[in-house]
Amino acid sequence: MSILLDMLLISSCLPLASLQMHLLPVDYVILVAYLAVIIAVGFVAKRYMKSADDFFLSGRSIPGWVTGLAFISANLGAQEVLGMAASGAEYGMMTSHFYWVGAIPAMVFLGVFMMPMYYGSKARSVPEYLKMRYDEKTRTFNSISFALLTLFSSGISMHALADMLRLLLGWNYHVSLFVTSAIVLAYVLKGGLSSAIYNEVLQFFMIVFGIAPLAWMALHDLGGWEGLVARMNEVKPQAMHSWVGTSGTENPMGVPWYGIILGLGFVLSFGYWCTNFAEVQRALAANSMGAARRTPLIGAIPKMLFPAIVILPGIIAFALTSDVVGGGYAIPKDVHGHLNYNQVLPSMIVHYFPSGMLGLALTALMASFMSGMAANVTAFNTVWTYDIYQQKFGKDKNDAQLMMMGKLATVAGILLSIGCAYLASNWNNIMAALQTVFGFINAPLFATFLLGMFTKRSNSTGAFWGLVIGTSAALAFYGLSFATGNPPGVKGGWISPVIEFRKELSQGFSVAIVAFSTTFLVNAALTLIKGREKSDDELRGLVYSLTPKQADGDEPWYARPAVIGSLVLLACLILNLIFW
Amino acid sequence: MDLRFPIGYLFSLLGLILVVWGVIGGKETLAKDGLNINLTWGIVMLVFGAVMWFFAKRGAKKG
Repeated sequence: MSILLDMLLISSCLPLASLQMHLLPVDYVILVAYLAVIIAVGFVAKRYMKSADDFFLSGRSIPGWVTGLAFISANLGAQEVLGMAASGAEYGMMTSHFYWVGAIPAMVFLGVFMMPMYYGSKARSVPEYLKMRYDEKTRTFNSISFALLTLFSSGISMHALADMLRLLLGWNYHVSLFVTSAIVLAYVLKGGLSSAIYNEVLQFFMIVFGIAPLAWMALHDLGGWEGLVARMNEVKPQAMHSWVGTSGTENPMGVPWYGIILGLGFVLSFGYWCTNFAEVQRALAANSMGAARRTPLIGAIPKMLFPAIVILPGIIAFALTSDVVGGGYAIPKDVHGHLNYNQVLPSMIVHYFPSGMLGLALTALMASFMSGMAANVTAFNTVWTYDIYQQKFGKDKNDAQLMMMGKLATVAGILLSIGCAYLASNWNNIMAALQTVFGFINAPLFATFLLGMFTKRSNSTGAFWGLVIGTSAALAFYGLSFATGNPPGVKGGWISPVIEFRKELSQGFSVAIVAFSTTFLVNAALTLIKGREKSDDELRGLVYSLTPKQADGDEPWYARPAVIGSLVLLACLILNLIFW
Repeated sequence: MDLRFPIGYLFSLLGLILVVWGVIGGKETLAKDGLNINLTWGIVMLVFGAVMWFFAKRGAKKG
């Protein structure tokens, strides 16, 4: 799942010859070998599963490098891999802001400043932290909105996978949907969160090995990096820069620099990475406070380099499309004759990879969908069991009963996701509207967390009404704004199209800023009116100033969160300067 | 479970498959520009898998 990217309508045009994969037996051997290993991992992980805590939280026993790679793999779903290549083709280097302004600083903030409270409070989920810090109704609001979000996200992801397999290989949509779901169901049911996390790490390497050679091979067609730069300077010079042209809106994304930093960076990315339970759950499974804090920091290192694998192919695809002497690759067009950016990555794979590599890349794409689906399902079953079921119906339930409920929730979660996938395949508009809503749902939550974790005064009245009013304000702002060329409807403007934006992205960033600010102000105002409600003792370990400073003096210097965090931020700054 | 074992097994196996295919597959294994990408990338994956397996084995001996 990713931030504010449109639903992937890969099949918005009829199957094209340039998109058909012809597999040989060797490709199937690769696919089967991968599937056999991930199912085997589920069976091995089961041996270590003794209690409900093992099923939902891996018994807090996993080393930091594993949770760190799982942390980014959980986000490597359909939209990340295919969507970032599509954005690379459409917006060029500006797409890197999703990483070097958005994800990386947010991950450093989570690891260095927020993790001591998340991990130290022993909360078993993000909603449970809200219950400890604020109250029951704030938790309920968050657990219900999060449960819906995860089901829809995994449904959309599964729809995109089945649709892609139908288009590339001519496989039956329903069979693809049910078979991939059954595989994820099998290993999550067997080994719980541990097998999801272990497999996310395998999937991470699978994705890297399957997709990485693409940029290298395609670059060869353009005469290397110099050839790419020369070509892009002729056809779309701004696409090679991330910040040039952002003093106004005259840039590929149509967003000024403050919109990028505040909207995409501070509100949306911090909101997603710091409060989405599918991410935070990976860190909660770590075997120590140090490992939990290092989880997002270790993940940030490969994440920082991901643009080379997912964005660069998109830029190269655009250069090749407008190149008369290139290797014959061009981005497929849709029925209206526009470039169909969502097909960039699959069509490049079909064009460049011979059999063998083709099977590897196809397996990598399937791995990316499965990791996203498993991350959503494991987060869903935990929130359902601990925050909804145990709280409302089962305060006296024992460990075995909770584990049984977790398994039932896993089956139900996958069935409901399949339902959402069918919803997505039949009613695109409903899903597009829901995605719009979910795009900013983390913004109010992040405001609530900032006030809750870093002030002692913020109270539960402020938290609950801040979330409700902030979310409503975002919906209202959506109803009043639209992007140039979009008719009133699911993309906004359904109250009255008053405020115009050049692009959907800049509209989305503004909605997020409105949602965040409203929540922040409502929370702060109600806190000032009603006053503080919890004592220092009740807030110990939940608020930054009342949480003991982490003693990482006995760890070697390179393992200290503040050191890794600073180095990662420095590297990120350098990357921004290089691709200015 | 030491995750380096399954990573080692999976990627050595996949690397080996690509290497064998690169050797016996004839024209089918070549990229459009004639590069034997299956052989090249197969070796890279095989080395990665073997290194993972080696460190897992060493870790198992130590502790």
